[in-house]
Amino acid sequence: MPFSIPEQELMEPGHTACHGCGATLSMRYVLKALGKDTVISVPAACWAVIPGAMPNRTLDVPMVYTPFAATGAVISGLREAFDIQGKEDFNVVGFAGDGGTADIGLQSLSGAMERGHNVFYFMYDNEGYMNTGVQRSGSTPYGAITTTTPIGKDRNFKKQNKKVVADLMMAQGVPYVATATIAYPEDLIRKVNNAKKINGPKFIQILSPCPVGWYFPPEKSIEVSRLAVQSGIFPLYEFQNGVLKVTKQPRPVSVREYLSMQNRFRSLDEDDIKKIEKYAEERMEYLIGKEKETQSS
Amino acid sequence: MQAMQKKYNAIMTGNEAVAVGAKLARVGFISAYPITPQTTIVEKLAEMVSNREIQARYVEVESEHSALAATFASELAGVRSYTATSSHGLLYMHEMLHWTAGMRLPVVMSVVNRALGPPWNIWTEQTDTMNQKETGWMQVYCESNQEALDTILMGYRIAESNDVMLPIMSMEDAFVLSHTSEPVNIPEQDEVDAFLPSLDLKYRIDNNRPMGYGSYSTPDGPFMELKVDMMESMKNSRQTINRVTSEFRDAFGRDYSGMIEKYAMDDADYALIASGTLASTGKYVVKKMRESGKKVGLIRLRFFRPFPDREIVDATRGLKGVGVLDRSVSFSASGSVVSEVKSALYGNSSIPVTGFVAGLGGRDVRVEDFYKMFDYIEKGKTGKYYIGWKEAQ
Amino acid sequence: MILAPLADRSSRANHTDSWRILKPEIKYDKCIRCMICWKFCPDNAFTVVSGEELESPNPRVAALEAPVIDYDYCKGCGICANECPEKCIEMGIETKMVI
Repeated sequence: MPFSIPEQELMEPGHTACHGCGATLSMRYVLKALGKDTVISVPAACWAVIPGAMPNRTLDVPMVYTPFAATGAVISGLREAFDIQGKEDFNVVGFAGDGGTADIGLQSLSGAMERGHNVFYFMYDNEGYMNTGVQRSGSTPYGAITTTTPIGKDRNFKKQNKKVVADLMMAQGVPYVATATIAYPEDLIRKVNNAKKINGPKFIQILSPCPVGWYFPPEKSIEVSRLAVQSGIFPLYEFQNGVLKVTKQPRPVSVREYLSMQNRFRSLDEDDIKKIEKYAEERMEYLIGKEKETQSS
Repeated sequence: MQAMQKKYNAIMTGNEAVAVGAKLARVGFISAYPITPQTTIVEKLAEMVSNREIQARYVEVESEHSALAATFASELAGVRSYTATSSHGLLYMHEMLHWTAGMRLPVVMSVVNRALGPPWNIWTEQTDTMNQKETGWMQVYCESNQEALDTILMGYRIAESNDVMLPIMSMEDAFVLSHTSEPVNIPEQDEVDAFLPSLDLKYRIDNNRPMGYGSYSTPDGPFMELKVDMMESMKNSRQTINRVTSEFRDAFGRDYSGMIEKYAMDDADYALIASGTLASTGKYVVKKMRESGKKVGLIRLRFFRPFPDREIVDATRGLKGVGVLDRSVSFSASGSVVSEVKSALYGNSSIPVTGFVAGLGGRDVRVEDFYKMFDYIEKGKTGKYYIGWKEAQ
Repeated sequence: MILAPLADRSSRANHTDSWRILKPEIKYDKCIRCMICWKFCPDNAFTVVSGEELESPNPRVAALEAPVIDYDYCKGCGICANECPEKCIEMGIETKMVI
């Protein structure tokens, strides 16, 4: 059987990620696509502890730890410094969680993208502050229970829709924007390879299920990731040269099935589920509309 | 062998002088965010980059936090890097100040000392930098535009010394230096190149040597050892500071005498400790008082980090009283500088120490205010006195 | 010598076998060597070996490279068993006690 993704491993075993960690697979795939001439910058995040405590490292490429809000600025500085030294072929990569991207890091991300540095920014989206114990982020979806949107006496949950950073990046005019998830590593790697061809900022949002924070058994990480796409909850798309393409069509899998796999959605009643179904439909319609609009122009 | 005092060959503001200093230091990377009164530094550098007078990348970031984050990153990649800020901008950098020093990166930054709001106030005061005293950055307070230029050159030499490897911030008083023209000697590039070799960061990012840069440590990991090493390197940096300052004197003929400058101290009975441009007014008053037979002197604090404790103990030996002028806000405690002075003297001296707070929000500290301060010192008053403060109506 | 916070030892030094409560086992007689288990392992706990070392009833399959679980690193999350299209990875109880 030929390997469907590159054999090269730049993430070593022995790291301290939780059982079934989606964020860890995201890193493994991204490095397979990027190769050895890569520098990764990681802010406060699960990925700041996954390599383990000093003196351990788990990546076979340099990894620069930074404060929470700094990823966009740090990759800007690294890129320019490498260019000065004639290392234009080095991949400079930001690899941040959704809190570090959608919330505290949004300003420096937006600045870096606007300035147009030749960098990659990967947002591994586990839909909450998982490293600090499952708090709500801007990227947490409507309906999720977190430790800061606890169930309480009124069957509470997060009442606001997910802030989709990839959509923001598209609106900002970032030359390459894509969404991906760990159930489809071939698709993710293909997108990274497409992104490589662009001399400018690249943004890829990778849905990275978190068994601990989404309350599902660790063996289900890939399954949950797959259902997120098949149910239309997390559409996979690619936006380059001003053209949007939906890269995986949803299959007839119900939103309800996706939600019921995860205990974080246990507060939801029928009306709430319908609301989420409607949200997924509308988002898909928006993307398909945008696909038609951009492909025809 | 001391070089001859060089002739002035330019007239420029403090901000222009530090921009010229950064150019002469051959910085390869500049990142900054505008804030009054720092703006003319970075405008000048942007212009130099644009005119290709300087081979550097200039990154116009969207905040001061990002300015220092980008500077941190390029320095870690092995490129000599520079930034400048002031006041609230410096506060916004606070987290990155710790991060840059903790990563042992020899960045040099210019800070134009400016007050903190509310109410908004763009004039000079040192509370912004006094707030950063525990970040692991060395601090130099300049008195003239020439010193501001020269401190950039000495700063990189000191910061990049293998036994120091800590960042350095060099201060100018807002407007009094930053926007005021003075005659300056601009050194020749080849002289600077001979004094300041290019950066060779031993642990710069290298793909053949993958590492975690920063990483994390458990309580039993090397965390405490790393912090102790920083504290010891800071403390021991005085040898490097003295050596580099002497080498600078030998090369350029300008003597900044190390951690502190002593003015009319040889036979003084009373002295005032001051920093920045307030020291200039203080020196004028000392001269006048000397003319009328008063044995007074002035100690100008150049470095606040590392704190010149031994130097102050030595310089105040035999005095009958000493005053300390703080141009910053400190609550409950006597004052940022006076507390450190008292701490240095404790157990080494029993002379009375008078604390003064003056010049907040850029308020003028006048010649008569200095006479008043010397009067308090001579009377042996201890405690804390607000000078030039108008009692509420 | 200046102490900077650098981490340069490979995490391979850190065995994570004690994390395991469930232990996957590949039944090679049913394995078609599709490498899906390898592909989806978050702990990078598979090595790839020449298939000839392992038995397979089908000689064409036996010629393919095969996945082998590295029990020094497997945490027992069970993704491999869940994703295996042939259902040839069994999750058993880990009986080895690591103290």
